[in-house]
Amino acid sequence: MTKVLTDTRSIRIKGRSFLALVLSPEPPLDAWLTRLDDLASRSAGFFLGRPVVLDVADLEIDRAGLKKLIDELGQRNVRIMGIEGGRPSLFEPGMPPAMKGGRPAPDIEIPAETTAEPVGAAPAKAAVPIVQVEPQATRAISSIVIREPVRSGQSVIFPEGDVTVVGSVASGAEIIAGGSVHIYGTLRGRALAGSVGNASARIFCRRLEAELLAIDGVYKTAEDMAPNLRGQAVQLWLEGDSIMAERLN
Amino acid sequence: MAKVIVVTSGKGGVGKTTSTAALGAALAQRNEKTVVVDFDVGLRNLDLVMGAERRVVYDLVNVIQGDAKLPQALIRDKRLDTLFLLPASQTRDKDSLTPEGVEKVMAELKKHFDWIICDSPAGIERGATLAMRHADIAVIVTNPEVSSVRDSDRIIGLLDAKTERAERGERVEKHLLLTRYDQARAERGDMLKVDDVLEILSIPLVGIVPESTDVLKASNLGAPVTLADSKSAPALAYLDAARRIAGETVPMTIPGEKRGFLGKLFGRRAA
Ligand SMILES: Nc1ncnc2c1ncn2[C@@H]1O[C@H](COP(=O)(O)OP(=O)(O)OP(=O)(O)O)[C@@H](O)[C@H]1O
Ligand SMILES: [Mg+2]
Repeated sequence: MTKVLTDTRSIRIKGRSFLALVLSPEPPLDAWLTRLDDLASRSAGFFLGRPVVLDVADLEIDRAGLKKLIDELGQRNVRIMGIEGGRPSLFEPGMPPAMKGGRPAPDIEIPAETTAEPVGAAPAKAAVPIVQVEPQATRAISSIVIREPVRSGQSVIFPEGDVTVVGSVASGAEIIAGGSVHIYGTLRGRALAGSVGNASARIFCRRLEAELLAIDGVYKTAEDMAPNLRGQAVQLWLEGDSIMAERLN
Repeated sequence: MAKVIVVTSGKGGVGKTTSTAALGAALAQRNEKTVVVDFDVGLRNLDLVMGAERRVVYDLVNVIQGDAKLPQALIRDKRLDTLFLLPASQTRDKDSLTPEGVEKVMAELKKHFDWIICDSPAGIERGATLAMRHADIAVIVTNPEVSSVRDSDRIIGLLDAKTERAERGERVEKHLLLTRYDQARAERGDMLKVDDVLEILSIPLVGIVPESTDVLKASNLGAPVTLADSKSAPALAYLDAARRIAGETVPMTIPGEKRGFLGKLFGRRAA
Protein backbone atom coordinates (compact mmCIF):
# COMPACT_ATOMS: atom_id res chain seq x y z
CA MET A 1 0.00 0.00 0.00
CA THR A 2 1.72 3.09 -1.14
CA LYS A 3 -0.29 5.53 0.89
CA VAL A 4 0.50 4.06 4.25
CA LEU A 5 3.72 5.47 5.61
CA THR A 6 5.29 3.04 7.96
CA ASP A 7 8.60 4.75 8.47
CA THR A 8 7.58 8.19 9.59
CA ARG A 9 11.00 8.63 11.13
CA SER A 10 12.82 8.79 7.84
CA ILE A 11 11.55 12.33 7.29
CA ARG A 12 10.33 14.42 10.16
CA ILE A 13 6.95 15.90 9.47
CA LYS A 14 5.05 17.45 12.26
CA GLY A 15 1.56 18.78 12.21
CA ARG A 16 1.92 22.27 13.64
CA SER A 17 -1.03 22.33 15.97
CA PHE A 18 -2.41 19.96 13.38
CA LEU A 19 -2.73 22.85 10.96
CA ALA A 20 0.29 22.83 8.71
CA LEU A 21 3.00 20.36 7.96
CA VAL A 22 6.47 21.16 9.20
CA LEU A 23 9.51 19.85 7.41
CA SER A 24 12.79 19.76 9.30
CA PRO A 25 15.64 19.03 6.87
CA GLU A 26 18.65 17.22 8.24
CA PRO A 27 22.17 17.28 6.90
CA PRO A 28 23.40 16.06 4.49
CA LEU A 29 20.71 17.75 2.46
CA ASP A 30 21.22 15.64 -0.66
CA ALA A 31 20.43 12.50 1.26
CA TRP A 32 17.50 14.17 2.94
CA LEU A 33 16.05 15.24 -0.41
CA THR A 34 16.41 11.69 -1.66
CA ARG A 35 14.40 10.43 1.29
CA LEU A 36 11.84 13.14 0.69
CA ASP A 37 11.47 11.99 -2.91
CA ASP A 38 11.06 8.45 -1.71
CA LEU A 39 8.39 9.51 0.76
CA ALA A 40 6.59 11.59 -1.86
CA SER A 41 6.65 8.72 -4.33
CA ARG A 42 5.21 6.36 -1.75
CA SER A 43 2.44 8.76 -0.80
CA ALA A 44 1.10 10.02 -4.07
CA GLY A 45 0.47 13.73 -4.03
CA PHE A 46 1.61 14.13 -0.48
CA PHE A 47 3.11 17.58 -0.89
CA LEU A 48 1.40 18.60 -4.10
CA GLY A 49 0.88 22.33 -3.84
CA ARG A 50 0.52 21.98 -0.08
CA PRO A 51 1.62 24.70 2.30
CA VAL A 52 4.55 23.56 4.36
CA VAL A 53 6.58 25.24 7.07
CA LEU A 54 10.31 24.75 6.75
CA ASP A 55 12.02 24.41 10.11
CA VAL A 56 15.74 25.23 9.85
CA ALA A 57 16.41 25.70 13.56
CA ASP A 58 18.67 22.65 13.78
CA LEU A 59 20.28 23.14 10.41
CA GLU A 60 23.66 24.79 9.77
CA ILE A 61 22.86 26.63 6.58
CA ASP A 62 23.79 29.92 4.89
CA ARG A 63 21.67 32.14 2.69
CA ALA A 64 22.86 30.57 -0.56
CA GLY A 65 22.23 27.11 0.86
CA LEU A 66 18.76 28.06 1.99
CA LYS A 67 17.94 29.52 -1.43
CA LYS A 68 19.07 26.32 -3.06
CA LEU A 69 16.99 24.24 -0.65
CA ILE A 70 13.87 26.33 -1.32
CA ASP A 71 14.55 25.92 -5.00
CA GLU A 72 14.91 22.14 -4.70
CA LEU A 73 11.67 21.93 -2.75
CA GLY A 74 9.92 24.18 -5.27
CA GLN A 75 10.89 21.78 -8.05
CA ARG A 76 9.17 19.07 -6.04
CA ASN A 77 6.01 21.11 -5.81
CA VAL A 78 6.50 21.78 -2.12
CA ARG A 79 5.20 25.26 -1.45
CA ILE A 80 6.87 26.82 1.53
CA MET A 81 4.59 29.19 3.37
CA GLY A 82 7.12 30.20 5.97
CA ILE A 83 10.52 29.47 7.45
CA GLU A 84 10.95 28.76 11.11
CA GLY A 85 14.04 28.96 13.25
CA GLY A 86 16.15 30.93 10.76
CA ARG A 87 18.49 33.76 11.77
CA PRO A 88 17.40 37.12 10.33
CA SER A 89 20.57 37.22 8.20
CA LEU A 90 19.34 34.18 6.29
CA PHE A 91 16.44 35.96 4.73
CA GLU A 92 16.26 38.13 1.66
CA PRO A 93 13.37 39.64 -0.21
CA GLY A 94 11.46 37.12 -2.25
CA MET A 95 11.94 34.32 0.26
CA PRO A 96 9.07 32.87 2.25
CA PRO A 97 8.52 34.86 5.46
CA ALA A 98 10.11 34.05 8.78
CA MET A 99 7.73 32.39 11.20
CA LYS A 100 7.66 31.60 14.85
CA GLY A 101 5.67 28.82 16.41
CA GLY A 102 3.63 28.60 13.26
CA ARG A 103 2.73 32.28 13.10
CA PRO A 104 4.48 34.99 11.13
CA ALA A 105 7.33 36.32 13.23
CA PRO A 106 7.40 40.01 13.95
CA ASP A 107 9.78 41.98 11.82
CA ILE A 108 11.63 43.12 14.89
CA GLU A 109 12.64 40.65 17.55
CA ILE A 110 10.60 41.26 20.67
CA PRO A 111 11.88 39.87 23.96
CA ALA A 112 10.81 36.33 24.45
CA GLU A 113 7.94 36.56 26.98
CA THR A 114 5.60 38.42 24.70
CA THR A 115 5.94 36.17 21.70
CA ALA A 116 6.55 32.80 23.27
CA GLU A 117 3.47 30.71 23.69
CA PRO A 118 3.22 28.68 26.85
CA VAL A 119 3.96 25.05 26.25
CA GLY A 120 0.79 23.06 26.41
CA ALA A 121 -1.43 26.09 25.91
CA ALA A 122 -5.13 25.40 25.85
CA PRO A 123 -5.68 23.28 22.79
CA ALA A 124 -8.52 25.38 21.48
CA LYS A 125 -6.19 28.36 21.13
CA ALA A 126 -4.11 26.54 18.61
CA ALA A 127 -7.10 26.40 16.38
CA VAL A 128 -6.46 29.82 14.88
CA PRO A 129 -5.69 28.90 11.33
CA ILE A 130 -2.30 29.96 10.16
CA VAL A 131 -3.10 29.28 6.58
CA GLN A 132 -6.26 30.27 4.93
CA VAL A 133 -6.39 28.12 1.88
CA GLU A 134 -8.10 30.25 -0.70
CA PRO A 135 -11.31 28.67 -1.77
CA GLN A 136 -11.21 27.81 -5.41
CA ALA A 137 -14.63 27.21 -6.78
CA THR A 138 -13.50 24.74 -9.41
CA ARG A 139 -11.15 22.66 -7.33
CA ALA A 140 -12.19 19.04 -7.14
CA ILE A 141 -12.30 17.58 -3.68
CA SER A 142 -9.75 14.82 -3.51
CA SER A 143 -9.86 11.77 -1.36
CA ILE A 144 -8.05 8.53 -0.75
CA VAL A 145 -9.37 5.16 0.24
CA ILE A 146 -7.32 2.75 2.33
CA ARG A 147 -8.67 -0.73 1.86
CA GLU A 148 -7.03 -2.43 4.79
CA PRO A 149 -6.56 -1.95 8.50
CA VAL A 150 -4.16 0.82 9.52
CA ARG A 151 -1.74 -0.81 11.93
CA SER A 152 -0.13 0.45 15.10
CA GLY A 153 2.80 2.73 14.25
CA GLN A 154 1.49 3.68 10.81
CA SER A 155 0.37 7.16 9.79
CA VAL A 156 -1.79 8.05 6.87
CA ILE A 157 -1.24 11.71 6.07
CA PHE A 158 -3.36 13.27 3.37
CA PRO A 159 -3.61 17.06 3.59
CA GLU A 160 -5.42 17.32 0.25
CA GLY A 161 -8.76 15.98 1.36
CA ASP A 162 -10.76 13.13 2.82
CA VAL A 163 -9.42 9.82 4.05
CA THR A 164 -11.64 6.74 4.07
CA VAL A 165 -10.45 3.57 5.76
CA VAL A 166 -12.25 0.35 5.00
CA GLY A 167 -11.04 -1.43 8.11
CA SER A 168 -9.95 -0.45 11.60
CA VAL A 169 -7.38 2.06 12.80
CA ALA A 170 -5.29 0.46 15.51
CA SER A 171 -4.22 1.84 18.84
CA GLY A 172 -1.00 3.72 18.08
CA ALA A 173 -1.93 4.46 14.46
CA GLU A 174 -3.03 7.83 13.10
CA ILE A 175 -4.99 9.33 10.26
CA ILE A 176 -4.30 12.98 9.42
CA ALA A 177 -6.61 14.41 6.79
CA GLY A 178 -7.04 17.87 5.38
CA GLY A 179 -10.70 17.01 5.01
CA SER A 180 -12.94 14.53 6.78
CA VAL A 181 -12.03 11.11 8.13
CA HIS A 182 -14.30 8.12 7.51
CA ILE A 183 -13.57 4.85 9.25
CA TYR A 184 -15.57 1.76 8.39
CA GLY A 185 -14.25 -0.18 11.30
CA THR A 186 -13.13 0.54 14.83
CA LEU A 187 -11.19 3.73 15.46
CA ARG A 188 -8.75 2.90 18.24
CA GLY A 189 -5.92 5.25 17.34
CA ARG A 190 -5.94 8.93 16.43
CA ALA A 191 -7.96 10.74 13.83
CA LEU A 192 -7.12 14.33 12.90
CA ALA A 193 -9.54 15.91 10.47
CA GLY A 194 -9.31 19.37 8.91
CA SER A 195 -5.61 19.35 9.68
CA VAL A 196 -4.69 22.24 7.39
CA GLY A 197 -7.39 24.49 8.71
CA ASN A 198 -10.84 23.26 7.82
CA ALA A 199 -13.45 23.72 10.52
CA SER A 200 -16.15 21.97 8.51
CA ALA A 201 -14.29 18.67 8.39
CA ARG A 202 -15.87 15.77 10.25
CA ILE A 203 -14.88 12.42 11.68
CA PHE A 204 -17.09 9.39 11.18
CA CYS A 205 -16.43 5.96 12.55
CA ARG A 206 -18.31 2.72 12.87
CA ARG A 207 -17.02 2.16 16.37
CA LEU A 208 -15.38 4.76 18.57
CA GLU A 209 -12.52 3.66 20.83
CA ALA A 210 -10.22 6.51 19.83
CA GLU A 211 -7.12 7.67 21.70
CA LEU A 212 -7.35 11.17 20.25
CA LEU A 213 -9.71 13.09 17.99
CA ALA A 214 -8.99 16.48 16.45
CA ILE A 215 -10.82 18.73 14.05
CA ASP A 216 -9.11 21.87 12.82
CA GLY A 217 -6.68 21.73 15.73
CA VAL A 218 -9.30 21.38 18.46
CA TYR A 219 -8.82 18.08 20.13
CA LYS A 220 -10.24 15.62 22.59
CA THR A 221 -8.40 12.77 24.24
CA ALA A 222 -9.98 9.48 25.22
CA GLU A 223 -10.46 10.80 28.73
CA ASP A 224 -12.49 13.80 27.59
CA MET A 225 -14.91 11.71 25.59
CA ALA A 226 -18.35 10.97 26.92
CA PRO A 227 -18.30 7.35 28.07
CA ASN A 228 -21.65 6.63 26.43
CA LEU A 229 -20.07 7.22 23.02
CA ARG A 230 -17.50 4.48 23.46
CA GLY A 231 -18.08 1.51 21.27
CA GLN A 232 -20.73 3.37 19.27
CA ALA A 233 -21.00 4.47 15.67
CA VAL A 234 -20.34 8.17 15.95
CA GLN A 235 -19.86 11.33 13.94
CA LEU A 236 -17.97 14.33 15.27
CA TRP A 237 -17.89 17.91 14.08
CA LEU A 238 -16.85 21.32 15.27
CA GLU A 239 -19.09 24.04 16.65
CA GLY A 240 -17.00 27.04 17.56
CA ASP A 241 -14.24 25.68 19.75
CA SER A 242 -16.01 22.53 20.81
CA ILE A 243 -16.09 19.12 19.30
CA MET A 244 -19.64 17.86 19.10
CA ALA A 245 -20.54 14.21 18.80
CA GLU A 246 -23.60 12.23 17.99
CA ARG A 247 -24.41 8.58 17.57
CA LEU A 248 -25.11 7.33 14.09
CA ASN A 249 -27.81 4.80 13.77
CA MET B 1 9.47 -24.91 -3.47
CA ALA B 2 10.95 -23.87 -0.14
CA LYS B 3 8.74 -21.77 2.10
CA VAL B 4 10.18 -19.32 4.57
CA ILE B 5 8.22 -18.79 7.79
CA VAL B 6 9.00 -16.09 10.32
CA VAL B 7 7.76 -16.55 13.86
CA THR B 8 7.45 -13.05 15.24
CA SER B 9 5.60 -10.95 17.82
CA GLY B 10 7.12 -7.59 18.68
CA LYS B 11 6.65 -8.28 22.38
CA GLY B 12 9.12 -10.48 24.20
CA GLY B 13 8.44 -13.70 26.06
CA VAL B 14 5.16 -14.53 24.35
CA GLY B 15 6.27 -17.94 23.05
CA LYS B 16 8.08 -17.41 19.72
CA THR B 17 10.91 -19.81 20.45
CA THR B 18 8.58 -22.41 21.91
CA SER B 19 6.38 -22.10 18.81
CA THR B 20 9.30 -22.22 16.35
CA ALA B 21 10.51 -25.50 17.83
CA ALA B 22 7.03 -27.00 18.11
CA LEU B 23 5.98 -26.07 14.57
CA GLY B 24 9.37 -27.06 13.17
CA ALA B 25 9.11 -30.53 14.66
CA ALA B 26 5.48 -30.86 13.55
CA LEU B 27 6.32 -29.96 9.94
CA ALA B 28 9.36 -32.24 9.94
CA GLN B 29 7.15 -35.09 11.13
CA ARG B 30 5.24 -34.72 7.88
CA ASN B 31 8.45 -35.92 6.28
CA GLU B 32 9.24 -32.48 4.92
CA LYS B 33 12.78 -31.29 5.37
CA THR B 34 12.70 -28.49 7.90
CA VAL B 35 15.26 -26.14 9.40
CA VAL B 36 14.67 -23.85 12.37
CA VAL B 37 16.89 -20.77 12.31
CA ASP B 38 17.65 -18.76 15.44
CA PHE B 39 17.82 -15.03 14.66
CA ASP B 40 18.04 -14.04 18.30
CA VAL B 41 21.76 -13.27 18.17
CA GLY B 42 23.16 -12.66 21.63
CA LEU B 43 20.21 -14.28 23.40
CA ARG B 44 19.98 -17.62 21.70
CA ASN B 45 17.43 -20.01 23.13
CA LEU B 46 16.28 -22.21 20.33
CA ASP B 47 19.21 -24.60 20.81
CA LEU B 48 18.09 -25.18 24.40
CA VAL B 49 14.45 -25.79 23.52
CA MET B 50 15.62 -28.19 20.78
CA GLY B 51 18.00 -29.92 23.21
CA ALA B 52 21.01 -29.24 20.97
CA GLU B 53 22.97 -26.77 23.09
CA ARG B 54 25.91 -29.10 23.56
CA ARG B 55 26.24 -29.76 19.88
CA VAL B 56 26.63 -26.16 18.71
CA VAL B 57 29.98 -25.59 17.02
CA TYR B 58 29.33 -22.98 14.36
CA ASP B 59 26.44 -20.59 14.11
CA LEU B 60 24.60 -18.24 11.79
CA VAL B 61 27.09 -15.43 12.31
CA ASN B 62 30.01 -17.73 11.50
CA VAL B 63 28.33 -18.67 8.25
CA ILE B 64 27.57 -15.05 7.39
CA GLN B 65 31.13 -14.00 8.11
CA GLY B 66 32.51 -16.89 6.09
CA ASP B 67 34.17 -18.64 9.03
CA ALA B 68 32.14 -21.77 8.40
CA LYS B 69 30.18 -23.37 5.60
CA LEU B 70 26.45 -23.78 6.05
CA PRO B 71 26.55 -27.63 6.32
CA GLN B 72 29.08 -27.31 9.15
CA ALA B 73 26.73 -25.11 11.14
CA LEU B 74 23.53 -27.13 10.62
CA ILE B 75 22.71 -29.52 13.45
CA ARG B 76 20.54 -32.52 12.65
CA ASP B 77 17.95 -33.42 15.28
CA LYS B 78 18.57 -36.70 17.11
CA ARG B 79 14.90 -37.70 17.08
CA LEU B 80 13.81 -36.62 13.61
CA ASP B 81 16.20 -36.84 10.71
CA THR B 82 14.21 -34.33 8.67
CA LEU B 83 14.68 -31.62 11.32
CA PHE B 84 17.67 -29.29 11.49
CA LEU B 85 18.77 -26.33 13.59
CA LEU B 86 20.85 -23.35 12.51
CA PRO B 87 21.83 -21.83 15.84
CA ALA B 88 22.48 -18.18 16.64
CA SER B 89 25.64 -16.89 18.18
CA GLN B 90 25.54 -16.19 21.88
CA THR B 91 28.70 -14.11 21.91
CA ARG B 92 28.20 -11.66 19.06
CA ASP B 93 25.79 -8.79 18.99
CA LYS B 94 22.94 -8.20 16.61
CA ASP B 95 25.04 -5.98 14.35
CA SER B 96 26.94 -8.98 13.07
CA LEU B 97 23.86 -9.92 11.05
CA THR B 98 24.08 -8.10 7.73
CA PRO B 99 21.28 -7.93 5.16
CA GLU B 100 23.57 -9.31 2.44
CA GLY B 101 24.78 -12.11 4.69
CA VAL B 102 21.27 -13.11 5.67
CA GLU B 103 20.18 -13.06 2.04
CA LYS B 104 23.00 -15.40 1.05
CA VAL B 105 22.24 -17.87 3.84
CA MET B 106 18.52 -17.86 3.06
CA ALA B 107 19.16 -18.47 -0.62
CA GLU B 108 21.32 -21.44 0.22
CA LEU B 109 18.85 -22.86 2.76
CA LYS B 110 16.09 -22.63 0.17
CA LYS B 111 17.99 -25.06 -2.05
CA HIS B 112 18.01 -27.75 0.62
CA PHE B 113 14.83 -27.41 2.68
CA ASP B 114 11.05 -27.47 2.29
CA TRP B 115 10.46 -25.30 5.35
CA ILE B 116 12.73 -22.63 6.78
CA ILE B 117 11.41 -21.33 10.09
CA CYS B 118 13.01 -18.17 11.46
CA ASP B 119 12.74 -17.52 15.19
CA SER B 120 12.66 -13.73 15.48
CA PRO B 121 14.03 -11.78 18.41
CA ALA B 122 11.57 -9.53 20.24
CA GLY B 123 11.33 -5.89 19.25
CA ILE B 124 11.03 -4.11 15.94
CA GLU B 125 14.70 -3.38 15.37
CA ARG B 126 17.22 -4.82 12.96
CA GLY B 127 17.18 -8.39 14.30
CA ALA B 128 13.42 -8.63 13.92
CA THR B 129 13.30 -6.96 10.51
CA LEU B 130 16.10 -9.20 9.20
CA ALA B 131 14.29 -12.28 10.48
CA MET B 132 11.12 -11.31 8.59
CA ARG B 133 12.90 -9.98 5.50
CA HIS B 134 12.63 -13.12 3.35
CA ALA B 135 9.44 -14.56 4.77
CA ASP B 136 6.65 -15.98 2.63
CA ILE B 137 4.55 -16.76 5.69
CA ALA B 138 4.43 -15.03 9.06
CA VAL B 139 3.23 -16.65 12.24
CA ILE B 140 2.37 -13.83 14.60
CA VAL B 141 2.57 -15.11 18.15
CA THR B 142 0.24 -13.21 20.44
CA ASN B 143 -0.83 -13.58 24.05
CA PRO B 144 -4.39 -12.59 24.92
CA GLU B 145 -3.49 -9.28 26.52
CA VAL B 146 -3.53 -5.73 25.20
CA SER B 147 0.18 -4.96 25.04
CA SER B 148 0.93 -8.14 23.14
CA VAL B 149 -1.93 -7.48 20.73
CA ARG B 150 -0.81 -3.94 20.04
CA ASP B 151 2.78 -5.07 19.41
CA SER B 152 1.51 -7.74 17.05
CA ASP B 153 -0.43 -5.11 15.18
CA ARG B 154 2.76 -3.10 14.81
CA ILE B 155 4.59 -6.15 13.51
CA ILE B 156 1.85 -6.83 10.95
CA GLY B 157 2.38 -3.29 9.65
CA LEU B 158 6.10 -3.96 9.29
CA LEU B 159 5.42 -7.24 7.48
CA ASP B 160 3.47 -5.21 4.94
CA ALA B 161 6.32 -2.73 4.50
CA LYS B 162 9.75 -4.11 5.27
CA THR B 163 9.75 -7.56 3.73
CA GLU B 164 11.04 -8.52 0.30
CA ARG B 165 7.55 -9.58 -0.65
CA ALA B 166 6.10 -6.21 0.34
CA GLU B 167 8.75 -4.46 -1.71
CA ARG B 168 7.81 -6.56 -4.73
CA GLY B 169 4.19 -5.52 -4.18
CA GLU B 170 3.22 -8.97 -2.89
CA ARG B 171 1.88 -9.96 0.49
CA VAL B 172 3.28 -12.05 3.26
CA GLU B 173 0.72 -14.69 4.26
CA LYS B 174 -0.13 -13.94 7.86
CA HIS B 175 -1.36 -16.28 10.58
CA LEU B 176 -2.29 -15.45 14.12
CA LEU B 177 -1.11 -17.94 16.72
CA LEU B 178 -2.67 -17.21 20.07
CA THR B 179 -0.54 -18.71 22.83
CA ARG B 180 -0.67 -19.03 26.60
CA TYR B 181 -4.43 -18.96 26.35
CA ASP B 182 -6.28 -19.62 29.59
CA GLN B 183 -9.97 -20.29 29.11
CA ALA B 184 -10.85 -19.77 32.77
CA ARG B 185 -9.13 -16.39 32.88
CA ALA B 186 -10.72 -15.34 29.60
CA GLU B 187 -14.15 -16.17 31.03
CA ARG B 188 -13.41 -14.16 34.15
CA GLY B 189 -12.45 -11.24 31.93
CA ASP B 190 -8.79 -11.21 33.08
CA MET B 191 -7.70 -11.86 29.51
CA LEU B 192 -8.85 -10.83 26.10
CA LYS B 193 -11.23 -13.22 24.43
CA VAL B 194 -10.29 -14.94 21.19
CA ASP B 195 -12.92 -12.94 19.39
CA ASP B 196 -11.58 -9.61 20.65
CA VAL B 197 -8.05 -10.40 19.52
CA LEU B 198 -9.28 -11.47 16.09
CA GLU B 199 -11.37 -8.35 15.75
CA ILE B 200 -8.42 -6.09 16.55
CA LEU B 201 -5.82 -7.82 14.41
CA SER B 202 -8.09 -9.00 11.59
CA ILE B 203 -5.83 -11.73 10.29
CA PRO B 204 -6.77 -15.42 10.11
CA LEU B 205 -6.29 -17.57 13.17
CA VAL B 206 -3.99 -20.56 12.82
CA GLY B 207 -4.16 -21.96 16.33
CA ILE B 208 -4.84 -21.44 20.01
CA VAL B 209 -2.23 -22.90 22.33
CA PRO B 210 -3.30 -23.23 25.95
CA GLU B 211 -1.24 -22.12 28.90
CA SER B 212 0.20 -25.39 30.14
CA THR B 213 2.95 -26.77 32.33
CA ASP B 214 3.65 -29.26 29.53
CA VAL B 215 5.52 -26.45 27.74
CA LEU B 216 7.95 -25.96 30.59
CA LYS B 217 8.34 -29.71 31.06
CA ALA B 218 9.23 -30.11 27.40
CA SER B 219 11.76 -27.32 27.42
CA ASN B 220 13.40 -28.78 30.53
CA LEU B 221 13.69 -32.05 28.61
CA GLY B 222 15.17 -30.17 25.67
CA ALA B 223 12.43 -31.29 23.30
CA PRO B 224 9.93 -29.37 21.21
CA VAL B 225 6.57 -29.79 22.95
CA THR B 226 5.20 -31.62 19.91
CA LEU B 227 7.88 -34.29 20.36
CA ALA B 228 8.04 -34.41 24.16
CA ASP B 229 4.41 -35.47 24.57
CA SER B 230 2.48 -35.47 21.34
CA LYS B 231 -0.80 -36.09 23.22
CA SER B 232 -0.54 -33.04 25.48
CA ALA B 233 -2.92 -30.12 24.87
CA PRO B 234 -0.27 -27.67 23.62
CA ALA B 235 1.21 -30.34 21.35
CA LEU B 236 -2.18 -31.04 19.80
CA ALA B 237 -2.70 -27.33 19.21
CA TYR B 238 0.70 -26.97 17.54
CA LEU B 239 0.21 -30.11 15.43
CA ASP B 240 -3.09 -28.73 14.13
CA ALA B 241 -1.54 -25.31 13.51
CA ALA B 242 1.26 -26.90 11.48
CA ARG B 243 -1.29 -28.75 9.34
CA ARG B 244 -3.10 -25.48 8.66
CA ILE B 245 0.15 -23.77 7.71
CA ALA B 246 0.81 -26.64 5.32
CA GLY B 247 -2.55 -25.86 3.71
CA GLU B 248 -4.90 -28.41 5.29
CA THR B 249 -8.31 -27.44 6.62
CA VAL B 250 -8.62 -28.45 10.25
CA PRO B 251 -11.53 -27.38 12.50
CA MET B 252 -10.50 -24.90 15.18
CA THR B 253 -11.05 -25.51 18.86
CA ILE B 254 -10.68 -23.27 21.87
CA PRO B 255 -8.70 -25.30 24.40
CA GLY B 256 -11.04 -26.22 27.22
CA GLU B 257 -14.15 -26.00 25.05
CA LYS B 258 -16.09 -28.39 22.94
CA ARG B 259 -14.55 -29.17 19.59
CA GLY B 260 -15.69 -27.21 16.59
CA PHE B 261 -17.08 -24.28 18.52
CA LEU B 262 -14.78 -21.87 16.78
CA GLY B 263 -15.29 -23.29 13.34
CA LYS B 264 -16.98 -20.15 12.21
CA LEU B 265 -14.08 -17.97 13.29
CA PHE B 266 -11.41 -19.90 11.54
CA GLY B 267 -10.67 -18.61 8.13
CA ARG B 268 -11.82 -15.13 8.96
CA ARG B 269 -9.85 -12.73 6.83
CA ALA B 270 -8.72 -9.18 6.92
CA ALA B 271 -11.08 -6.66 5.41
N1 LIG C 1 1.67 -22.30 26.15
C1 LIG C 1 2.52 -22.03 27.16
N2 LIG C 1 2.20 -22.39 28.42
C2 LIG C 1 3.05 -22.13 29.44
N3 LIG C 1 4.23 -21.52 29.31
C3 LIG C 1 4.60 -21.12 28.08
C4 LIG C 1 3.77 -21.36 26.94
N4 LIG C 1 4.40 -20.85 25.85
C5 LIG C 1 5.58 -20.35 26.29
N5 LIG C 1 5.70 -20.51 27.62
C6 LIG C 1 6.83 -20.10 28.47
O1 LIG C 1 7.03 -18.70 28.31
C7 LIG C 1 8.40 -18.38 28.35
C8 LIG C 1 8.77 -17.60 27.11
O2 LIG C 1 8.62 -18.44 25.97
P1 LIG C 1 9.55 -18.30 24.70
O3 LIG C 1 10.99 -18.29 25.09
O4 LIG C 1 9.11 -19.29 23.71
O5 LIG C 1 9.13 -16.83 24.26
P2 LIG C 1 9.83 -15.90 23.18
O6 LIG C 1 8.72 -15.13 22.55
O7 LIG C 1 10.71 -16.68 22.29
O8 LIG C 1 10.70 -14.96 24.11
P3 LIG C 1 11.83 -13.90 23.64
O9 LIG C 1 11.07 -12.72 23.14
O10 LIG C 1 12.59 -13.64 24.88
O11 LIG C 1 12.63 -14.58 22.56
C9 LIG C 1 9.15 -19.69 28.48
O12 LIG C 1 9.47 -19.87 29.82
C10 LIG C 1 8.14 -20.71 28.03
O13 LIG C 1 8.35 -21.96 28.65
MG1 LIG D 1 12.79 -16.39 21.83
